[in-house]
Amino acid sequence: MKITTARRLTQIFFFTLFVWLCLAATVGPLWWQWRGWPIAWFLQLDPLVALGTVLTTHSFHPSLAWALVTIGLTILFGRVFCGFVCPFGALHQFVSWLGRLGGRPKDKMAANTYRPAQVIKYYVLLALLAAAAGNLLLTLVRASRDSTWIALVVAAVAVLALFWLTLRKVIASFRRAVLFGALLVLVWFGAAALLSVERLTLATLQIGWLDPIPLVYRSFNLVVLPATDLAVEKWFPSGRFYTGVGLIGALFVALVLLNLVVPRFFCRILCPLGALLGVIGRGTLWSIGKTGAKCTECALCDVDCEGACNPMGPIRVSECLMCMNCLDNCPSVRPIAYLPRPSSGGEISASGVTRRGFVATLIAGAAAVPLARLDGSTKSDWSPSLIRPPGSVAEEEFLARCLKCGECMRVCPTNVLQPSGFAHGWESVWTPVLNNRIGTSGCQLNCIACGHACPTAAIRPLTLDEKQGAGDFTEHGPVRIGLAYVDRGRCLPWAMERPCIVCEENCPVTPKAIYVSEIESTVRDGTFAIASIDGATVRVSGTPLTPGRFASGDYTCKLPDETRSRRIVANTADSLTLDTAPTAEEPPPPGALLEVQVRLQRPVIDPARCIGCGVCEHECPMTGLRAIRVTADNETRSANRSILLKGSR
Amino acid sequence: MIPPHQSPLDPAANRREFLRRGLQAGAAVALTGGLASLLWNRHPPGDFNREAASALLPDFSDKNAGPKMAIVTGQNRTAMVRRALEAMGGISRFIKRGDRVMLKVNAAFATPAILSATTHPELAAELVRLCLGAGAASVLVTDNPINDPESCFNLTGIGPAVRAAGAELVLPRAAQFAPGTLPGARLIRDWPILHEPFRGITKLIGVAPVKQHNRAGASMTMKNWYGLLGGRRNQFHQDINGIIVELAMLVRPTFVVLDGTASMMANGPTGGSLADLKPTQTLVVSTDGIAADAFGATLLDKTFRDLPYIAGATERGLGTADFASLNPVRAAV
Repeated sequence: MKITTARRLTQIFFFTLFVWLCLAATVGPLWWQWRGWPIAWFLQLDPLVALGTVLTTHSFHPSLAWALVTIGLTILFGRVFCGFVCPFGALHQFVSWLGRLGGRPKDKMAANTYRPAQVIKYYVLLALLAAAAGNLLLTLVRASRDSTWIALVVAAVAVLALFWLTLRKVIASFRRAVLFGALLVLVWFGAAALLSVERLTLATLQIGWLDPIPLVYRSFNLVVLPATDLAVEKWFPSGRFYTGVGLIGALFVALVLLNLVVPRFFCRILCPLGALLGVIGRGTLWSIGKTGAKCTECALCDVDCEGACNPMGPIRVSECLMCMNCLDNCPSVRPIAYLPRPSSGGEISASGVTRRGFVATLIAGAAAVPLARLDGSTKSDWSPSLIRPPGSVAEEEFLARCLKCGECMRVCPTNVLQPSGFAHGWESVWTPVLNNRIGTSGCQLNCIACGHACPTAAIRPLTLDEKQGAGDFTEHGPVRIGLAYVDRGRCLPWAMERPCIVCEENCPVTPKAIYVSEIESTVRDGTFAIASIDGATVRVSGTPLTPGRFASGDYTCKLPDETRSRRIVANTADSLTLDTAPTAEEPPPPGALLEVQVRLQRPVIDPARCIGCGVCEHECPMTGLRAIRVTADNETRSANRSILLKGSR
Repeated sequence: MIPPHQSPLDPAANRREFLRRGLQAGAAVALTGGLASLLWNRHPPGDFNREAASALLPDFSDKNAGPKMAIVTGQNRTAMVRRALEAMGGISRFIKRGDRVMLKVNAAFATPAILSATTHPELAAELVRLCLGAGAASVLVTDNPINDPESCFNLTGIGPAVRAAGAELVLPRAAQFAPGTLPGARLIRDWPILHEPFRGITKLIGVAPVKQHNRAGASMTMKNWYGLLGGRRNQFHQDINGIIVELAMLVRPTFVVLDGTASMMANGPTGGSLADLKPTQTLVVSTDGIAADAFGATLLDKTFRDLPYIAGATERGLGTADFASLNPVRAAV
């Protein structure tokens, strides 16, 4: 079998596996649903996910250990992940191939020549990592404040790194270079001592915008599969809706279609993961290269080159996607091969990143976070409608972990988990938020799927006991994601004197977090003059009644001199039939007034019980703007948002 | 379409050419006018008071002679329902060979069976087995629950249990609802009713637990038919008794099973704690759902007078609130 055939089969296998894992990320008892399948496996394989979360959280989440395999493979064999494994890469390769079917070799060669724009991906990587690294900087500053030893080590490393990276190249004199280095270290410690570093060094994990694995997961979970389900109607009986799929889908479609302009546009020019693997695989043990055997320089190896790494000339090892097309195309006796030694045709290892570009991108990436947070969205202007799924960690930590991969939104059985738009700040774009108007129910009491689907523990994997505050967690109480409040200006029994309490009925907490306050309220034009009383039937005079209007069981009649109202069971145009006959010794005199009242149960929230699940909001019959709504107030994950006094019950 | 002039001074544009082009132009104009007249519609869109073709459910009620009600006490639901049906004359009195049976369970909430907020899966499965044993060609199980349908059927255990017993589970889809107008009704007018799965159905069984319900007083076999409504049915809570009576008019089941093995005394209809339940250890089978619910009220320490919809249904001749008058067969297992 040819190596390229093996590569294609491998790509088809991994792409199919990826689609299958997306499909399997649903809760249910059927064989194809989530039976412990490693649904987030491709995310776990992604070293950028691992590196990004290590930078933001300073810890290595065990589920991401698969990334070490990818790193190891890349060090040994080059970017085989890009060429053989990446499902997004496979899609790009397929579309690029489709778009150039029957094309002339000359045009293909032109399209597959290295472009200076391929450097962009390294800047994308740098900016995303710099935005994620703020916390690390803070930790270093703090540590060097606390311990002289650490301070000295940091200083030494900084001087050496600076010297090695740049100073020896810009400053000719060794003495001046050392002086300059020392000056920089002084600036570092001066800044640490004088500036309020805590507010300048913030971190956010934004790799999900362009990291291909979260991007392709998100696109399939939220756009491709729901769109397919419109046709097959197999996976979700009630369909799937995601707010703002337009933008998610447009990005996905645009990136796929750009392959028609430049083959593997995304892989070559934008992919930050490709850039990272390019850096890791710079000195790869095995690589594509010329053997030194006689080469006619026919340039056929350049014709179908996926990475545009120019295998014929000095090859750009970091750009090589390991598509192996060059080996397949070469008509001669092995002048080009996959070898454990450098190419005899020369290698270009430079990525094209300039020193100034490097520094400027790092500073821009790191500065973007504190600048963005000047909007106060993580402080006092936090968004009350940003209701995070149960188990979510506190907001800043959440933003340091969430990949925007959409796994939680895919697995959520009720479809209540939605990708956030720009309304909650740009850092939150495509992170999960509850929208109780969408889906089949609010957040279900007996469900913990999202936390178990999350690959980075932005949503902690809760047990049912922890979520519900049962068993060992009784003292902690249930996990609250928000608090419902009644809009008394819209609520039927509060504002419009009509019975309802659908919210109370559906409150899943026990005892219910919604209870009712009962009143009997005289209806509009509900005072009538009594004509006569005969047993349980009261005749009234005046305006005729609508027959049956008060017969629904919700209306009562308050007779003069009686403290208790009696239920009306029937009414004609001029009489009311009560469920029991008045017992008064003397019937009220003709002309005395009675009142027809409606028995109203009005919903009231108990904040000590409400968990913010939103089932009430979902069920409220005021479907436009619900009369009962949930906000993120009182959520367990942020101590500073609690409503109740400590110790109150 | 009309080919362009080659040139205004083209000598080839003679009379014949002019006629040919004129005919083409005329045909194009006629075609446009024809299409317009074909699509001509002087009526503005939408008629807010439209009442579409009405989708109603057939009368499934049992016409055979025999007891109308059986009350069995005990703890084992499967044994109780078997005993009750025996007392009614056996399942074969109701289900004949070749019948296609619909079993309407209460699967409203995604809660475990032990909390008794939903029909117990063992009871539903036993009914499926009994029907299939009596020769039913097929048994369908459905409900349009409040929480997520799939989660409801899975978490309550009803889905797996009835599937294992040989029934087909129908998860409601929007396309399966059709608007229906119930004659003489005030509320069920042009309202979506779960209709499509009833195609070819010859028998209908309702099976529901006994639950306290703050708005309706109690939720038993009559309230259970709420699950056949689609649309924004929650607004019917403005007239809960009215809608339950109309549902009793709409749905005429073969028989109903009211499961009071454990009755939800408080915090209904969702429950959520074993503390909400009371072991009332009773199961009722009746061809008269109103009588069954009137009896069920006693399990909740109420009477039918506390439930205005029972009086409403009685007035309309849909059944009797005086269950004792049916001389229910009583047994214990």
